[in-house]
Amino acid sequence: MIEKCIHVVVLLVLPPLLLGVINKTKAWFAGRNGPVLLQTYYDLFKLMRKGMAISTTTTWVFLAGPVITLATVLLAGLLVPMGRFNAPIAFTGDLILFAYLFGLARFFTTAAALDTGSAFEGMGAAREVTFACLSEPALFFALLVLAKVSGSLKLTEMLHGPAGGFTATVAAPLVLVAIGLFIVLLAETCRIPVDDPNTHLELTMIHEVMVLDHSGPLFGVILYAAALKMLVIGSVLLHVVFTFQTGRAWLDWPLFIGELLGLAVAIGIVESVMARLQMRHVPYLLIAAILFCGFGFILLVR
Amino acid sequence: MSVWMILAAIAALGLSGLPACLSSSRRAAGQWLTTLIMMLGSGLGLSGVVMSLNESTTASLSVPWFLPWGQFSVAIDSLSTLFLLPVFVVPALGSIYGLGYWKQSEHPTNGRRLGLFYGLLAGAMALVTISRDGVLFLIAWEVMAIAAYFAATAEDDNPEVRRAGWVYLIATHVGTLCLIAMFALWNKATGSFALMPTQGLSPEMGGALFILALIGFGFKAGLMPLHVWLPGAHANAPSHVSAVMSGVMLKMGVYGIVRMTALLPAPEMWWGGVLLAVGAVTGIAGIAFAIGQHDLKRLLAYSSIENIGIIAMGLGLALLGRTQNRPDWVLLGLGGALLHVWNHSLFKSLLFFNAGAIIHAVHTRDINRLGGLTRHMPLVMGLFVVGAVAICALPPLNGFASEWLIYIGLFHTLGMDMQAGCPAAALAAVALAMIGALAVACFVKLLSAVFLGSPRHPMPQHLHQASTSMMIPMLLLAGGCAVIGLFPMMTAGLLEKAIGTWMTLPVAADSITAIAPLNWITMLGLALIIVVGLITLIINFLPMATVVREVGTWDCGYSRPTSRIQYTGSSLGQMLVRLFGFFLWPKTEGPKLRGVFSGTTQFKSLVPDTVLDRLVLPVFNLAGRYLPWLRIMQQGQTHLYVLYIVVIVIILMIWGAIGI
Repeated sequence: MIEKCIHVVVLLVLPPLLLGVINKTKAWFAGRNGPVLLQTYYDLFKLMRKGMAISTTTTWVFLAGPVITLATVLLAGLLVPMGRFNAPIAFTGDLILFAYLFGLARFFTTAAALDTGSAFEGMGAAREVTFACLSEPALFFALLVLAKVSGSLKLTEMLHGPAGGFTATVAAPLVLVAIGLFIVLLAETCRIPVDDPNTHLELTMIHEVMVLDHSGPLFGVILYAAALKMLVIGSVLLHVVFTFQTGRAWLDWPLFIGELLGLAVAIGIVESVMARLQMRHVPYLLIAAILFCGFGFILLVR
Repeated sequence: MSVWMILAAIAALGLSGLPACLSSSRRAAGQWLTTLIMMLGSGLGLSGVVMSLNESTTASLSVPWFLPWGQFSVAIDSLSTLFLLPVFVVPALGSIYGLGYWKQSEHPTNGRRLGLFYGLLAGAMALVTISRDGVLFLIAWEVMAIAAYFAATAEDDNPEVRRAGWVYLIATHVGTLCLIAMFALWNKATGSFALMPTQGLSPEMGGALFILALIGFGFKAGLMPLHVWLPGAHANAPSHVSAVMSGVMLKMGVYGIVRMTALLPAPEMWWGGVLLAVGAVTGIAGIAFAIGQHDLKRLLAYSSIENIGIIAMGLGLALLGRTQNRPDWVLLGLGGALLHVWNHSLFKSLLFFNAGAIIHAVHTRDINRLGGLTRHMPLVMGLFVVGAVAICALPPLNGFASEWLIYIGLFHTLGMDMQAGCPAAALAAVALAMIGALAVACFVKLLSAVFLGSPRHPMPQHLHQASTSMMIPMLLLAGGCAVIGLFPMMTAGLLEKAIGTWMTLPVAADSITAIAPLNWITMLGLALIIVVGLITLIINFLPMATVVREVGTWDCGYSRPTSRIQYTGSSLGQMLVRLFGFFLWPKTEGPKLRGVFSGTTQFKSLVPDTVLDRLVLPVFNLAGRYLPWLRIMQQGQTHLYVLYIVVIVIILMIWGAIGI
């Protein structure tokens, strides 16, 4: 019970910190001081206290988009285990629900963007749905590999792997899957090299351009949901990459949080040393992710 | 007893349009009578179905008849009941819908004819699902095909409708030809036309029967590349006929494949493999073509092809399970496929009814001309969102429940628990994932192009609102989507029974819920709704969270936006169409821009059906050009024809005498 409570608290409290760590890392690479680590929390509080400006062309879909996105990502977060602890909710087949909850989020995010009738947000929505068609197969290849390795269809057991974590015999497929999943993580959370969260040129963005018209608390919800999504997908990746456990609960929680922050640093480094790909080259990167995960699968079942 | 009730229901449905033919062509009374008979017939049929479920033995009836072959033989087992339910639900709802959508007073020339064939279509479909004799089956099948032709070509003054009708008529008869061959072969192999489980077929005979069934029924179901008739016929039929064709008639093809595979004694490994592969191709290609369309109903028709692909994948998995002796694959694959049959008949009918309401209001099917309809028809829009979320298989609606079963089944082929698997089949899970993502793209495109944003072209001054008789069927269907989506375990019992008819399962492993905990779907579906509600409440109670001002869309500072700047459906799908261009082959016609200020110009883009427009029609055109020399045989002189007969008879006599 305590584990479940800690899980929920970490899930709710930690996400904005990840964005802070990424920004700090990028600032460090650029030789700047950068915003303080807790800046995203301040931003969220500020947004929650603001009023909203709403476009006259919009309907209820515009309001429902952020709300449904947050709800789905929260539920998905309850399905993913953290560190060596079990997820609060686990049942056979929850991996499919996990993937399709993000599908529901995508449906309403893109619909909300198109509700404004802005060409820019249309571009963002078109890119989002297109790239998802390539990242989804990669994710499912990865899930197939994890299911085969662990012999389970519960996300908790799949990510914990066989007793004692993933062994060396399945190392090669898992390395490939880890690379593929990292690309999926970058694409789904809209980071460089797929998308640039900081750009000021709307023509070249995906996620940020879809939310141009949201403001106030709804924009806060979007910002928070995006951070949460990074934490959730990041936790999936961490189970594949990092299987070391101390065996003591009071050490394993800080260890897991440390891993997450480490992942944020890694994303920050990728963002600092790479440029965003040309939009027409993004599909190649995602197809590479499919190939990594697909080859992992083939290696495993050959 | 239940047999007689269902037969009476079939008679009522089949003849429901007859009394109206005697009434005035401009009065509504006849149409009301037709609808009433349809509803009574469906009510009777549904109670017959419920009764047959409670009977311990399979209700059947078998009497000899006047034809030299076969006999009048019907039976109602749980597989039949499963397919009978949509037959009794959707056409009756469509008939109510037709009261507002296809008013007799507005369509005096074809309203009565449409009513007649619409009822006949429903009755024939019900007969198809219960007939247990090859000849009876073929008769019912043909009546269904012909009735659908006349119902779909109601507006036959429009050349496009006639063309679509011709394509349909040819395709369905090619399919029927395969079925005739199949039943003849069946007769040869088993000694009778009776559709009863049989033993001791040679593998070659079984394989030939399977292939003929797959092609013959595949034409009706719309498996790629046999789908050529489907988009045109669905687009040009009246919307409630499209709903019945897509929601129910395609499922008769599925029923045929399910029934024949149940009868054939020893399926082989490659049958399941073929179905899985065909299903995956049909699914991906179907939804990719759907994304390329800008005709509202053509898009929905292609999405039906996609859903048939998903059903075929489930069937393939079940067949594999039967050959490999894996009851879990059978339960999940066939269970998912059969549940998807129901689900698709609910949400696709809902979407076609929605499409009808839209067309009724704006008189165009071109989604690129629409936009911002939410303001004019909010309730239709809300129901459309329900249908779209359901068809994308997103939680918490019904599409998710059935695809979830198929997914788990496909994951089981990995060989969990140290059992041998068939990892190649698991690749279908990846295909299904891609189909899911493409479906989201497709229906976001449709939703946004029709309902969101602002109108891209001036709307008619006076929009026809959907009448109450159009809204009620849609509300019922949307309710069905929600109920099955939230409480899928209610269907498990009937599904297990139907699977038991398809294949005898070991007692220890005949429960779907034991391997796929459907109650969790209920809990998480409800949780999702509660969390969405909670977040909405919290935001509403934030002290400052009010709309401080309503402004125009912030188009990055552009101060004179027009609604024509908006992304259209086609522009939203363009990246995907290009990505799948290797088989979509989109056609674009655009000007070459010269200079800084080019004049007014036009750009067209179109995704034609690759199989129909680039393969079938050119071949037919070639045949039309080079085959007329055969006409010298056909002089129109009777004595010449008698000569042909004599020649043929003599050849046959010689053949018989030599005894080859």
